[in-house]
Amino acid sequence: MRRALKIAPAILSLVGFGICPLFADAYALDLLSKTFVLAIFALSLELLVGQTGLVSLGHGAFMALGAYASAAMLRTSDPRSFLLVMIAAMAAAGAYALPVAALSLRVRGMYFIMVTLAFAQLVYYVFHDTKIADGSDGTYLGAAPRISLGGAPLFDVTRSLPFYVVSLTVLIAVWVFLALLARSRFGSALAGIRINEQRMRAAGFQTTSYKVAAFVLAGMIAGLAGFLKASKDGYVNPALASWHQSGAVLVMIVFGGVGRLAGAVTGAFAFVFLEELYKSEALFGGAAKRWQLMFGLTIIAGVLLLPKGLVGLPDRLRRLARERAKVHA
Amino acid sequence: MGGVGFLIQCLNAVQYGLLLFLVASGLTLVFGAMGVINLAHGSFYMVGAYLAYALAPWIGAHVQIGSLHGGFFATLAVGLLLSIAFGYALEWAFFSLLYEREHLQQVLMTYALILVLEELRSVLVGDDVHGVPVPAWLAGAVPIGGLLTYPVYRLFLSGVCLLVALGLYLLLSRTRLGMAIRAGASNREMTQALGLDIRLLNRLVFAGGVALAVLAGMLAAPVSSVYPGMDGQVLILSFVVVVIGGIGSVRGAFVAALLVGAVDAFGAVFFPQAAGVLVYVVMAAVLLLKPEGLFRHA
Amino acid sequence: MPRTLLRASGLTRRFGGVVALDDVSLDLREGEVHAVIGTNGAGKSTLINVLSGEISASAGSVELLGYDVTRLSQPSRALAGLGRSYQRSTIFPELTAMENCRLAAQAALQRPWAFWSAARACAFTAARAWRALERVGLRDEMDVLAGQLSHGKKRQLEIALCLSTAPQVLLLDEPMAGMGAEETERMLSLLEELKADHAVLLVEHDVDAVFRIADRVTVMVDGAAIASDVPERVRANPEVQRAYLGHGQEP
Repeated sequence: MRRALKIAPAILSLVGFGICPLFADAYALDLLSKTFVLAIFALSLELLVGQTGLVSLGHGAFMALGAYASAAMLRTSDPRSFLLVMIAAMAAAGAYALPVAALSLRVRGMYFIMVTLAFAQLVYYVFHDTKIADGSDGTYLGAAPRISLGGAPLFDVTRSLPFYVVSLTVLIAVWVFLALLARSRFGSALAGIRINEQRMRAAGFQTTSYKVAAFVLAGMIAGLAGFLKASKDGYVNPALASWHQSGAVLVMIVFGGVGRLAGAVTGAFAFVFLEELYKSEALFGGAAKRWQLMFGLTIIAGVLLLPKGLVGLPDRLRRLARERAKVHA
Repeated sequence: MGGVGFLIQCLNAVQYGLLLFLVASGLTLVFGAMGVINLAHGSFYMVGAYLAYALAPWIGAHVQIGSLHGGFFATLAVGLLLSIAFGYALEWAFFSLLYEREHLQQVLMTYALILVLEELRSVLVGDDVHGVPVPAWLAGAVPIGGLLTYPVYRLFLSGVCLLVALGLYLLLSRTRLGMAIRAGASNREMTQALGLDIRLLNRLVFAGGVALAVLAGMLAAPVSSVYPGMDGQVLILSFVVVVIGGIGSVRGAFVAALLVGAVDAFGAVFFPQAAGVLVYVVMAAVLLLKPEGLFRHA
Repeated sequence: MPRTLLRASGLTRRFGGVVALDDVSLDLREGEVHAVIGTNGAGKSTLINVLSGEISASAGSVELLGYDVTRLSQPSRALAGLGRSYQRSTIFPELTAMENCRLAAQAALQRPWAFWSAARACAFTAARAWRALERVGLRDEMDVLAGQLSHGKKRQLEIALCLSTAPQVLLLDEPMAGMGAEETERMLSLLEELKADHAVLLVEHDVDAVFRIADRVTVMVDGAAIASDVPERVRANPEVQRAYLGHGQEP
């Protein structure tokens, strides 16, 4: 019964998202798709932070690299294969993740966090200030990646409904993969490293190699998210690598609940929801322009009041109810 | 480049480095003494710059201290007082909640603080880029090597930073307060044995850190202009300085800041396209060869 | 003559100007408990850290089962048969005792690419873990969260974690730390059992316990080994008596 209760929200959401296209308009579908892509991005960071215990403040760089690699592959108006561009994007992100991991893991704690931020800033700088891409203006994609079967194009990925389906499918695939990974030997090793690295080394695990692997994998999945975003937007811009982006994804997973994959996804949805909410002029009038202020205050409240994030809310309420019952008894 | 050109770049490097040191030292102090990383430290620098922009005309109009010199120092003084008060209050209301928390929570809370401060700045002073005039009595230029000149203000800036660095050194190495700060978060018993109230110490150190960043911002405003986004840039560079300089080392931060200043100044001359990247390359090299930083625990 | 499983030759370790280990040599034979005693700051922790591979030696060599492992990292030495327990328990508090041992046992069968197979389904780790827990007497606490075990049981789990990788050499760092009389007895009989098929290097403060169980004793003072012999001769050694009397203790 307990098990059913745990999976229920996931199943319900899945069904809900499944039937969404029947009555939602293009704007809503686009918003949901954007959230799915952010959820993939958040899941990739959850692997690093929640599973392995490595807090990175530079994860935006990998999403940006994936996006820019996609743009590089789709420079001309000749549409390339969806799968090919996707792999290229993930490879590009992974290629940067490897040296960054190797160097960053030579320091620990706060220094690790600082170094990851610096390496992301390097990427931002390269895209923003040099001639490699088109600088701060960003670059347009020449064409969209194409999904085709036996040579014939199936559908236009960049249209709302197809993209909705594609992004939802990728999200589910990534979620399932990471869930399998978590219960596999690799995943339990990562958890062991997070809880007590000393003991893992004493037992015979080369912990640095595991951490590098987790870092690269997380980077590649972030690159995948970047590819999807670039494909849909048809446009990439250096802001993807800005530290605000890296901070935002960290907020998502903590707000949703670190340590659980559902937390990352929930956090992504909560993030987008709050952003839309606070930006809504209908609700807040002129103050809507100051949405970052309310957002910041919400984050602070979230950290203080919900240490286990949104997914920990039911447990927390249950515990509060129990304590109240005890007092009144 | 020529000898004089080289000298000018050296002076630029030193000036920039010293300014960075001011900011980075505030960061290191707070981190060393309280074990808290403050992502919003760059925001204080930005606050300082915007304070210089906002206060100067107001003080010029309302405060008469007789000579021309008064206006500038009055601005600095007011700015510093405000920042110390602000730092004190912020520690009491917000930062004290961060001690003993996990790194992740500290990162998030201080990131949220950045958002709040950026928005407040936007409300109070707007989002435009501003220039801040150099005070008249410092506006000249000193001739160097015959043909070229060097702005007096930059020399003044370097001088002030050097004085502050000296003061910091004396404070840390010669006073009981300094010892308590160096003992740090890991050695609470020692602090108490020295007869100092920990909460007061925390508040003072934090306020000091804020003041250092604000002072740096105020001094830098005339040379670097005032713009949104300056908080992120200086924050990340401060991080790089702390990483290169070494864990817990103020002396290391000093050397590293000068190194970063040099890389930036000379990099801009020799590799104009890639100047910004060089700093990170140096950081990567340090991580590769000496990950604990150039100086360990000083 | 039983095999020498671990041999340290001329181990030296400097930290800046301080010499923590000064030309220390000792060897460990199969079937013996070799205890290392000394006052605080004598270098016992440094010795065990250098032997296990957590700290590198400034000079000297370490040989495990005949192979020179001086340059090998701790994980590599662990896989080669060197197990270590810590003075402060390095258990995984949020996992059960069984899960703790299974995780450690997994080190011998690492297949990180097999993301589809659940760690829980591995019979190898289950068997190893079960055997280790049985050996230390924690079979009944198999499914208890490690963090909730009593102090004595946590120390037992620490040994079990060490045994989960089926090592031949055991480096035990103060396994009896913080234990009462009854628990110490239990630990001593466990060590007696373990020495039959392992070689045990024991760093301990409890000198009485050491002299009961050790086949050989090495005494360390200021980073150097001043005596290394059977207990009776060590006790009678005038230098040892001076070192301990000088520090207000009697061996």
